[in-house]
Amino acid sequence: MPKTILLVGTRKGCFLLESDADRRSWTTRGPFCEGWPVYHAIHDDSTGTIFAAAASEWHGSAVWRSTDLGETWTLSSEGIAYDESTGRKLSKVSTLAARDGRVLVGVEAPGIFESKDGGETFSLLTTLVGQPGSDGWDDPANQPPGHLGISAIALDKDDSSRFWAIVQGIGLFETTDDGSSWTPRNRGLRADWPRPHEEVGFCVHKVVRADDARLYQQNHVGMHRSDDDGHTWTEITEGLPTEFGFAAAAHPHDRDTFYVVPLDPGHGRTMLDGHAAVWQTKDAGSSWKPLRSGLPQNDAWLGVLREAMAIDSYDVPGLYFGTSTGQVFASADEGESWSEIATYLPPISSVEVAVLP
Amino acid sequence: MADVHLPGTLTPLFAGLPRRLDVDAGTVDDAIAQLEQQWPGLRDRLCEPGPSLRTHIHVYVDRERATLATQLEPRSRVDVIAAISGG
Repeated sequence: MPKTILLVGTRKGCFLLESDADRRSWTTRGPFCEGWPVYHAIHDDSTGTIFAAAASEWHGSAVWRSTDLGETWTLSSEGIAYDESTGRKLSKVSTLAARDGRVLVGVEAPGIFESKDGGETFSLLTTLVGQPGSDGWDDPANQPPGHLGISAIALDKDDSSRFWAIVQGIGLFETTDDGSSWTPRNRGLRADWPRPHEEVGFCVHKVVRADDARLYQQNHVGMHRSDDDGHTWTEITEGLPTEFGFAAAAHPHDRDTFYVVPLDPGHGRTMLDGHAAVWQTKDAGSSWKPLRSGLPQNDAWLGVLREAMAIDSYDVPGLYFGTSTGQVFASADEGESWSEIATYLPPISSVEVAVLP
Repeated sequence: MADVHLPGTLTPLFAGLPRRLDVDAGTVDDAIAQLEQQWPGLRDRLCEPGPSLRTHIHVYVDRERATLATQLEPRSRVDVIAAISGG
């Protein structure tokens, strides 16, 4: 019987929620990682290792790992530091991607570190140096409070030298040579603010790959779709209640089906009018519908962050999201109906799902 | 020997690391270096590149706020505090 595991990164450690293939009954284990704030926890399906990007206010940033599904944990930050002579500061590890024992770590200030030994040691792979305008936007003196960083890394499913990285507030970049060179992939995106450079200055929140050619993107301003692997983007916001949101998920078996969580774009950044909903398109963004069954519809001021929604790989995929008030909601039927499977977790930064045979 | 007291947030990260231990060192930096030898990675949890103490790690030597360069006397008490981090 397959096992379904949700990896939930929270402000107070990592939690694991476990179920079987039915995904109806769940148990919770944690908190792990000594209660450190965990910004992103992932499962490397090829090795079975769990990794968690964490940053303690006291003890700095590190990557925790567990090779026994959370029974025991170790941490390492060996090599996760910029050369002191550069003056570049590393304030946080924020995102992870892993496959075949290789771990990529996105950090603030923008850079990606890699581990080739399963997360024991790390070395700097790239700072995306030389991108348009980077002399300006990569200068700490010009950055907004909270710093800029690599907020997400998306891997190609076949080619390990090809991946995408989001630089917070700047845009999406692609490398096809393992980080040696990068190309901005923001053509067609919208920005409602002045941009000194044509190719960058876009606020990309989340990019999800549906198949070899199609990407979906939740942007600060609008939903977007690319049918040429990110080379050009088309806005598909029409039909959604707001252009703003963070989280997104692509159906694993249907390239036209995609999910987002529209949020109030103002200070609230919660679901609209206190009614919880995940929105779904089944026609690549031509139309959208809200999925509300089982989700709270009264005074539900729920926020869902960038990495806090996930979809599994079953024939009928399950969908999951975690909130900034500590609830986890799950659907075993592609979002048609929902149940609350955790209620009182700490504020949730990330939700990922693994299916173990 | 300096009498070194470590924060409770540090000890779960390193097998066998006690909350209190004696260290023969001339400065705070030396003391941390000695701990690093026995528990690799510990320095990273207390110090930033520079090097300097992490922002929310405060060290007191004989009840006076200290830096990495602060001298230790043979019987100094060194308190390493995980300070100020909100809720």
